[in-house]
Amino acid sequence: MSATPNGAAARPFVSHPIRLTLNGQDRQLDVLPWTTLLDLLREQLDLVGSKKGCDHGQCGACTVLRDGKRVNACLTLAVMCDGAELTTIEGLADGDALHPMQQAFIKHDAFQCGYCTPGQICSAVGLANEGRAHDTAQIKELMSGNLCRCGAYSNIRDAIEDALPACRAQGGEQ
Amino acid sequence: MNPFQYSKPADVHEAVHMSSAASRFIAGGTNLLDLMKENISRPEHLIDITGLPLQGVEETASGGVMIGALVSNADLAWHPVIEARYPLLSQAILAGASPQLRNMASTGGNLLQRTRCYYFYDASVPCNKREPGSGCPARTGLNRIHAILGASEHCVATHPSDMCVALAALEARVHVEGRAGARVIEFADFHRLPGDTPQRDNLLADDELITAIELPASQLARHSHYLKIRDRASYAFALVSVAAALELDGDQIIDARVALGGVAHKPWRDRAVEAALIGQTVSRETFSNAADALLQDAVPLEHNGFKIKLARRGIIRALSDAAVAGERP
Repeated sequence: MSATPNGAAARPFVSHPIRLTLNGQDRQLDVLPWTTLLDLLREQLDLVGSKKGCDHGQCGACTVLRDGKRVNACLTLAVMCDGAELTTIEGLADGDALHPMQQAFIKHDAFQCGYCTPGQICSAVGLANEGRAHDTAQIKELMSGNLCRCGAYSNIRDAIEDALPACRAQGGEQ
Repeated sequence: MNPFQYSKPADVHEAVHMSSAASRFIAGGTNLLDLMKENISRPEHLIDITGLPLQGVEETASGGVMIGALVSNADLAWHPVIEARYPLLSQAILAGASPQLRNMASTGGNLLQRTRCYYFYDASVPCNKREPGSGCPARTGLNRIHAILGASEHCVATHPSDMCVALAALEARVHVEGRAGARVIEFADFHRLPGDTPQRDNLLADDELITAIELPASQLARHSHYLKIRDRASYAFALVSVAAALELDGDQIIDARVALGGVAHKPWRDRAVEAALIGQTVSRETFSNAADALLQDAVPLEHNGFKIKLARRGIIRALSDAAVAGERP
C-alpha cells in the first residue's frame, strides 16, 4: 500500500481486509484501523472470554496468544494482526478435553470471581511456551503482568507450577 | 481513540517518505495506543513499520552488536549473545514492564516511550510537555515520582525506560534514517533535558525512524548490575534505578559507568564521576564518594526528597554488586 506525503488526512477512512487464524480457524475480516484486537474479539466475533479490565495494558485480563506468545489484546490493533495465528481462552481446550493449564486452575481452585482467569490462563500458557520459569519465584515474577483483585495469587502459582510439566510435554504448541 | 489512516510500507525509504508531522510510526504500540486512548496523542495517520526488515541481532566486525529496531524487548533480553555479552541490558529489560508488554514492545519504541507523569497523562490539566506554555502542575503538586536532577521550571518529568538506562551505560549508538538520509546519534545525546522546550523528548525529527541500536564492544559487561527500586516487587516503573558496570584488574577500577533511571528527563550519567573512579580500589568508601558526587546537584521537590537518599544507597549497592558480578568459572 502507498500513501502520498501529507495527503493522509484528505483520504476517507477505510476498513482494511485482514486474514488470520483464530483458534485454529481461518478467518477473513474487514477491520477499521482503530479497532483493537480485544474489541474485535468481544464486540464483533462474540469471543467474550478475553476480558476488558483496564484497557491500558496494566491488568492482563485481555491476554491472548499471538503466534504462541502472550500479548495484551487491548493494546494491539486488529489491523496489525494480518497473517497472525491467535489463540484465546476459547481455543485452548481440545473439544471437551481441557488444556492442562485449565485443568490445573480447577484442581487448585485458582480463582475467586473468575474475571482475570482467562487472561491468567492464556498468560500461563505463554509462560510455559517461553520455558523461562523454573521455580516458584520465577513463576511469580513472570506472571506479574496479570493482576487478580481477589488475591488468588498463591493458588494461581500452585496451578501453574503443577501444569508446567504437562504443558512442556505438549510440545509448546499454543 | 481518534480515527486515523493506516499504511503498512514495505521498506524504510517508503516509510520515511510517507511520514508527516501528523503521522506516527507504530511497531509494538504499547505506549502509543495507550496515549491515543487517553487523547494525549492524536495522529491522523499510523504508519505500521512491522513489515520492515529491521529484525536482526548481528555481531559487528568491530566486536559489538547491531540490534534491529523491531526486535522485541523479550527477544532481545533473552537473546543468547545479549545474555552472554551484555547481561546488564538483559537485566534492565527484564526489570521493565510485563512479559506481555515485552513480547510486544520494540527496541526502537522503547527509546520513544513518553513520561508517566500523572499530569502529562491527564488531558484535563495543564502540562508544558503536552501543551507548551500551559504550565507544570507537577512542580507544586503530587511529585513523588518526579525528577531530582536536570529538571527545569517548565518540566520535572522523568524518562520511564529501564532499557535506556542500560543503553546509556553501555554507550549505545542510535541509527536513524529520515528523508535527508541516515545518521548515527550517540546515546547520551539522543534524549534531552526539558529546558524551556519539554515537549521534545529527544533529537529525532518527525520524518526520522530508528532503524537500529548499536552496542559497541565492551570490557565492562562482565562486572555489571542493574538495580531497580520501585513501589512493588514487579511490574512498576522505577523510583530509582542504577545501571553500574566496572572493568576491574583485581580490586582496581580500570573503567566505570554509572547511569541512573527514574531521576531525570533522560538516563542520567556524570562522566566526571566515572572518570574519578578510575584508578580507585573497590570499596564502600569509593562507591559512597561516587554516589555523593553524582547527586551533589540533586534538587528535591516537595514529595520526592526520599529519592536522593534512595539513589545514594542504590548507587553504592549497584556498584558493590557489579564488582562481584559475573565471576565466570
